[in-house]
Parts: sequence; C-alpha cells; structure tokens
Amino acid sequence: MGSDVVICAAGLGKKYLIGHSAGRDGNMSFREVVGDTVRGATRAIARLAKNQQIVVGASTEEFWALKDVAFNISRGDVVGIVGRNGAGKSTLLKILSRITEPTEGRVTIRGRVASLLEVGTGFHGELSGRENVYLNGAILGMRQAEVRRKFDEIVDFAGVEKFIDTPVKRYSSGMYVRLAFAVAAHLEPEILIVDEVLAVGDAEFQSKCLGKMKDVAGHGRTVLFVSHNIHAVERMCSKVLWLTQGRAAPMRSDVAIATGEYLYGAKSATVQAVWQGDNNVAANAYFDLTRVVVEGTAEQHVADGVFSNAENIKIIIKGYLKHPDPALNFGFDLFTSSGDHIIQSYNTDVPQAEWWKPTRGAFELQATLPRRTLNEGTYRLEIFASIHNKQWLLEPGSNCPSVVFKIQGGLSDSPFYVSKRPSLLGIVLPWQGQMRNAPAESPSMALSE
Amino acid sequence: MIILEAGRTDTNYWRDLWTYRELFAILAWRDVSVRYKQTAIGFAWAIIRPLITMVVFTVVFGQLAKLPSVAGVPYPLLVFAGTLPWFLCASILGDASNSLVGNSHLIGKVYFPRLIIPASAAIVALVDFAVSMVILAALYLWFGYAPGWQIILLPLFIVLGVAASAGPALLLAALNVKYRDFRFLVPFIVQIGLYISPVGFSSSVVPEAWRLWYSLNPMVGVIDGFRWCLLGGDSAIYWPGLVLSVAISATLLAIGVAYFRKTERAFADVM
Repeated sequence: MGSDVVICAAGLGKKYLIGHSAGRDGNMSFREVVGDTVRGATRAIARLAKNQQIVVGASTEEFWALKDVAFNISRGDVVGIVGRNGAGKSTLLKILSRITEPTEGRVTIRGRVASLLEVGTGFHGELSGRENVYLNGAILGMRQAEVRRKFDEIVDFAGVEKFIDTPVKRYSSGMYVRLAFAVAAHLEPEILIVDEVLAVGDAEFQSKCLGKMKDVAGHGRTVLFVSHNIHAVERMCSKVLWLTQGRAAPMRSDVAIATGEYLYGAKSATVQAVWQGDNNVAANAYFDLTRVVVEGTAEQHVADGVFSNAENIKIIIKGYLKHPDPALNFGFDLFTSSGDHIIQSYNTDVPQAEWWKPTRGAFELQATLPRRTLNEGTYRLEIFASIHNKQWLLEPGSNCPSVVFKIQGGLSDSPFYVSKRPSLLGIVLPWQGQMRNAPAESPSMALSE
Repeated sequence: MIILEAGRTDTNYWRDLWTYRELFAILAWRDVSVRYKQTAIGFAWAIIRPLITMVVFTVVFGQLAKLPSVAGVPYPLLVFAGTLPWFLCASILGDASNSLVGNSHLIGKVYFPRLIIPASAAIVALVDFAVSMVILAALYLWFGYAPGWQIILLPLFIVLGVAASAGPALLLAALNVKYRDFRFLVPFIVQIGLYISPVGFSSSVVPEAWRLWYSLNPMVGVIDGFRWCLLGGDSAIYWPGLVLSVAISATLLAIGVAYFRKTERAFADVM
C-alpha cells in the first residue's frame, strides 16, 4: 500500500443471515434458539441412526450485503459513495467506522477516523444544550479540551446562544438539528465518514453544512460521503465509488459523468428515447409492455431522441392487455438530469368520460407534453402503472422502464430569448401589452391573463 | 494504523479502553445526572429505598420471626450492613444488564469499546451506594455504636461486591442484546436473591453443616465481609465461605468479560 493511501479495502464482504430463525425484528427469542437446537439435535440423531450426513441445508438464507469490495483511498480524497437503496452503502460505512466487522476480507486504515452516521447521536433530552455539546463531542471522539476550545464557535454556528442552558427536549426540531450538526461540523479527524446527514434542516442550513463540509475537505482531510443528493456529491467529491447490490465498480475520478450515469441508470448517458420490450423488467399479470417511445411532432428532428423545444412531445406507450381492469392506469414521472422530479402525470387525469375502456388486446396510450414546457436539457421519463389505490404494477423507483431524451433549441420565437434559462422549466407564457392613453400614468406594460 | 478483519482479536482492546476514558467518564456522568432528573426528591431516593428496606426487614426478621442478631449489635444495624452491599450489587446487576439495550442507538452509530456502557451503569450504582452511606453514619450515631479498625478494609469488600455482580451483569447484558428474554429474568434473580442472601438475617442462623453450600452464593461472602467491617468484628467471618465467594466471583467475572468480548463485535448486527 502506497504511502499516501489511507484506506485500503480488499475482498471485503459482509454476510447477514436472513430467514426464519432471525425473528421479524431481528431478535431471536431464547425459546426459538432452544427449540431449534433441540429440533436440530433430534434430526441429527435420526440422521445418524439412518447413517446419513448430519449437516443439511441450513434453514437460514445468506444475504451478502457487500461482496468482493476493493478500493484504495488516498489522503485528501473526497469520495462520494453512491448506489440505490440496499446497495450496501450503509454497511460499508459501518464496517469502516468499526461498528460492525466484515465477514471476509480486510480493511487497513491509517489515521484517526470520525464517523458521522447520524447527527445528534447520543443527545439526551433531559440534558441542557451545553451538556449535550460535551456529551456528543465525546461520543464523536473529540477530547473534552477540544470541545471546550471550540465551544463558543459551536454555539455560534448553531445560533442557539439564548437556549444553551435549556434542556434540549424543549428545543424546536430545527434548533436541535442545528446544535447537533454544529458539534459534528467542528470535528477535525484525519478521516471523516459521513452518511446522509445533509438531509436534515432547511435549505439554508443545508447549504451552510455543505459549505462546512467543503472546508473540511479543503484542509487535506479525507472524506467519505454517502448521499442521495447527487448535487452535493457532484459539488464536493473528487471521486465516486459506485455500489450495486453489494459490489463496487472501480473508483472513478470523472465525477460529473459518473453521477450522470448513476442518475440515468444506464451504462452511458446517451439519449435513448425508445424502450422496447424487456418484459423481465415490466412483468406482471395484467399486461405486456412492448414499446415506450418519446416522439417530437416536427417534420425534421435534430437527431434521434433530441427534440426542439418548439415541438410538442408525444409520449407513447404500447402494449398488450391480458387482464383488463377498470382501475388499471398508466402514467409517467419526468426528471431533470440533476434528479429533480418535475412532472407526474396519469392517463386518468382527464375527466372520467374521456378515460380509455380497457379490453383484452393491443393498446396504445398517448400523452402530449405541450411545446415550450420544458427547458433545454436532458430528461428522464419513467413509465409506471398501477391498479388504482391497490397495487403497483410498474413501481416508481423499482421496475419502471425509462427513456431519456434531450431538448435542444427552439426555446422561443423571440429574438431576446434564445439561450437556456436557469429555471427548471422554460415555459413561454402569453404576455400582452398595450398602451393606456391616460396622460398622468407612467408608461408601463399592463399585465393581463 | 487499524486493521479490520473478521474474527480479529483486538490486541489493542485494553489500550483502546484507556483511549476512550473520557467517553467513559462523560457517559457515567450522564447516567448519574439523568437518573434523578424530573424527580421531586432526587438523590433522596438513594436513601429512602435502603432505609425502608431496612425498616421492613427489621420488623419482619427481627420482630416477627425473632431471628437472633449478633451479640451486641442492634438488629437494624445488622440489617443495614447487609442492605448496603445488596443494593449495590442488585443495582449493578439490574442496570448494567439492561444498559446495552438502553443505549442501542449509540451502539448502532459509533464505535467505542462496548464495555464502557455497563461500566458506566455500575458507576451510577456506586454513586447511589456512596449516598446511602449517609444512613450508616446516622445509624452509628443513633445507636451510639462505634465501628472497629476493620472498617478500613471495607474498600476490599466493595471491590468484591462489584466483581461478584459485574461478572453476571456482563454476561446477562451481552445475552440480553440477542435474547430479550433476559430482561425478564434479571428482576426475578434480584427478587429471589434478596431472600436467599443473608440480607435480613445473619448468616450465622444457617446450620453449620450447610454453611459451605450456602456460600456458593457469592453474595454471602460479600455481605458477611461488609458486616465484619462495619460491625467492628462482632460479626465473625466464615473463612472457607469467603474464599469460595472470592473464587466464584472471580470465575464469574472472567466468564462475563470473556463472553462480552466475544460477542460485542456483533452487537450492532443483532441489536
């Protein structure tokens, strides 16, 4: 391992046992264990008597939360760990913070580690803000002398001077979180491990936290950072470690591209405006999905999957209905490239009289996104389907087919509005203006809808 | 440099424990200061509980059952010299064995040697113990009783009491993490223990032939030792029993620590 490698993981794996003997809440009752042991022993004796092997398939199932994970992290790296829910991010952080030990493989860590898997760990409601600062500081691994030195700074950062001797159970949730984060923000370890803690507080406080984290990273410390906020990862991190179902892809330094790929759930961020028939993804008892396509209405396209904002955009869903149900509905979610969810639409949003009448056979649903609703940029569209209020058939975030298209140019017919606006949407609104001929009034444009 | 590996015996464990001494101190301080928060009479509870126990036991064993005291020792003093170590040990057993479950939010989120948690629970019991020593002083004055030189050996028996209860407490605390059944077992052990240990009576009422067997309960040695120290040697010590108590306490402590250390790495997984 090189001299400036501070974390080196090799062949790392973590196995959990799931199955009947791990009770619903994960705590076995003693009786279950005793029962299992007795049953196991009886079975073993019976098998011995029949001259069979004693050990047979265990009644528990193995689940590898992490498998064969290997990476090196150098001093000063700010590494973003991304992956969907259940990809093993939290397990990895727990191993690195020594909360749990790996089942196989090894990690070598050089330097003092502080882990921040939660803000306000160990806060006690009965204790005052002041007492909690010392308590929480000690829990996060700060020396008492260090806390004393930084105390004023911490209280100042949290903005709770007036209430510092009030029990924290009387705090508003905002004050509580601010105080908790303020303590954490003043940690000065060589290696900092942070899990999703930026998902607290209001937007203003979040950006304050992000700034503080950037500070920490700027001082040559190593930071490992898990977040669903891809913006934050993109802004802060110099490297990305991508976990999928417990396995890690090689670490990447092209952060912007890697986060883009992560968002689009595709190997490459290329535009793919057509989805067709991988029914393993969309399998269900009600219908087969054959094709989802996004089309522009202009005669000439810019390129495949790239549309001008001057076109209406048609979203077409084709399939075959096997089991018609009057409550069956389809819809789509539309996301920007940074993951903002901008539109959700159902085919049953129109008056009931205009709904489709599902019957057995081939079907085609079509929605039109009016021209100049979106902005320039790349968009991801996910198709979902459900039995209304009962069951997801294509569930958002789980087994939805998705397509990616791009809007480029055609923003307006005005000579003034030709480049991309910083807003989420680039809607062109119907403005009107006329002169009122009353002399006393200043010349102005009147607004009317 | 830290190496994390499966089943790695942490060679730095005891040094780690030293590194985390500040956390230990502050957790103990937290437990002490939170214990009587939002109670009207606060630390008076540490006095009232043993005091009432003493009164009840004096009436039941001394007046109703008319069990003999030790020559020259007022019965309440005899009972209180037994109540003191009993409350110390029962609190350690009860609080320490529930302490891990009570701090599961910490265990799941940060690393530290887990031994700190039951240890800080034991500190709380020791603080309560120190407070209830006030009653002892009051009783000495009330009865005009002067303890002998033996009282300077009391710290040895406090250590024995802590050892006798810490071993089972660590074992039960670790078991409690995985099998919550033990949460129900502990109050039961404490309740039974109060009657089978010589708290309300002198162990000299036990027939000579049974003395050694009776001393298999390590609390017998602890309580006899306390009485010997506090009652100026009026209460004689039964040496074979004491040796047995020490041996059993040491064994239980070794088992408790070993089991605790063996399982503590998985606490966060089964919590």
